[in-house]
Amino acid sequence: MIDKKTLEHIGKLAKIELDDKDIDEFLPQLQSILDLFDEINSVETETVEPTFHVFGLKNVFREDDVKPSLDREDVLKNVPKKEKDYVKSPKIL
Amino acid sequence: MHNDEKPRVFQSYPEIEDLPMHENPQPNEINPDSDVIIGLEIHVQLNKLKSKLFCGCSTSYHNSEPNTHTCPVCLGLPGSLPALNKKAVEFGIKVALALECKLLDQTLFYRKNYFYPDLPKGYQISQYDFPLAKDGRVTITTDAGEKVIRINRVHIEEDPAKLMHIGGMGHSKYTLVDYNRSGMPLLEIVTEPDLRSPKEARRFLDKLRSILDYLDVFDGNLEGAMRIDANISLKGGGRTEVKNISSHKGVEKALLYEKTRHKNLRMKNIHIKRETRHYDEQRGITILLRTKEEEEDYRYFPEPDIPLMNVKEWETRLRNEIPELPDAKRQRFIKEYGIKEEHARSLTSDIAIANYFEIISKEIDPSVAASWIADVVKGELNYRDINIKESNLTADKMIRILKKFVLGEITDRNMVELIREIIDSGKDPEEIIKKRGFGKVGEDEVLLLVKKVIEENPDAVKDYRNKNDKALNYLVGKVMALSKGRSDPKEVINLLRKYI
Repeated sequence: MIDKKTLEHIGKLAKIELDDKDIDEFLPQLQSILDLFDEINSVETETVEPTFHVFGLKNVFREDDVKPSLDREDVLKNVPKKEKDYVKSPKIL
Repeated sequence: MHNDEKPRVFQSYPEIEDLPMHENPQPNEINPDSDVIIGLEIHVQLNKLKSKLFCGCSTSYHNSEPNTHTCPVCLGLPGSLPALNKKAVEFGIKVALALECKLLDQTLFYRKNYFYPDLPKGYQISQYDFPLAKDGRVTITTDAGEKVIRINRVHIEEDPAKLMHIGGMGHSKYTLVDYNRSGMPLLEIVTEPDLRSPKEARRFLDKLRSILDYLDVFDGNLEGAMRIDANISLKGGGRTEVKNISSHKGVEKALLYEKTRHKNLRMKNIHIKRETRHYDEQRGITILLRTKEEEEDYRYFPEPDIPLMNVKEWETRLRNEIPELPDAKRQRFIKEYGIKEEHARSLTSDIAIANYFEIISKEIDPSVAASWIADVVKGELNYRDINIKESNLTADKMIRILKKFVLGEITDRNMVELIREIIDSGKDPEEIIKKRGFGKVGEDEVLLLVKKVIEENPDAVKDYRNKNDKALNYLVGKVMALSKGRSDPKEVINLLRKYI
């Protein structure tokens, strides 16, 4: 069962503020998702190898070659806040 | 520092921090020499690669303008896909093998999720279960002899962007981000908690750095090439982690500070909480960043954009590319050149010095060369904080002056002066010898000086005849002074004895 505290923790990890109204809305939704996973979990998988990737591709590499980088003008074009060619962001510690 | 957070699950630290207080040993039961438990996590930037880990951006961003080495992949733009640099995996395997780790049959990447401006994707591509390699070992020399430090794991991950706080982290109101470092290939090397003192931690780091230099996978002089997280606890006490220390000396100092802090808290019977701290290099102290309760939850899951790797089959090929490593080279130097173990250890701790010694030993008696390089040259380089390649003392110049030394043309004392001046001025040895008068005074001239000193110091001569050895020292000093240090004291003593 998912409780209010867990939901608040998930909100914090996702940097989303949740008020009581949000919690009342999302709690049953997330619970139904978890119920579905419980159903999946009930399948016996003891002898099944884990699937990490569905295509079965292996060992895909590129050579260590340099390709041109983007122009800084283009890089910073869509940046909302910048200072001296840096991207400016709020301080989080 | 947030960006180098690592999961705790891999570390086999004893889960001792949650013990109730009364089960902790009393302060007087703590032996500060054996009850300190230290483990390290070292991040090594594979900056000798040409391109980043998952994109073709150049790794030569040091000394570049901010945000000039980026592309949609390392900026985490929507729709971009990572393409793994093969050579980064090869470098990682070489390091793992040099640390005597075992490669896993199957290895894969995971997403480590967190929101922070240093990683614009919202996650770092790293490894979790199934790292590149596990269970290695490094032998270090401690004051009590050789000691094996076990390596828990070696894994590959991408470096986050560099954050700047103008006016320092405490004062700045915002963060400036330079994405040039974002996506740089990084190796994380995790030790078991086998280190028992801050000094051992430093020895371990020196040894690791030496091995990495031998492998030629990184340039340790570049900023941020090696960054260390250090974990420390006292037996029976809680563990703290000091993050993102950039020098070996810094690690030793930060750990010394933490050790003292833990001990003081223990004395006051205050329980040490598990927490993450920052080392303030200027002030030489550690500062609380956050406690265990505030630690994040990374929600690791397999990276769907990068297929599994079965690279164990590369092992033989890559093992053959590993050069002779410091321990093997040391053994060979002792056997092949007949030099002292202590000299061999000193010479082989730096690959450039080891090669330098071998070139010089082709022309000079290896014991003489070893002694001058290990005891004098290395000290002078350390003092100036430069390496042998940056110094003006080429192998050719060293051979030329050692030849003169072996022939007795230059005294010990003047050799040291000569080495210093070559390093500092870069001038030709012959020119310096001539200008500074470093050439040894000829035998005839010494004899003249000896006779002059005997004549001018009748009292001292009388004292010496009356078996006063101090008088002899006095007379030797006089001759040495007259010859400006360019005569051999032993020769002077013999001559004085002969003529008094």
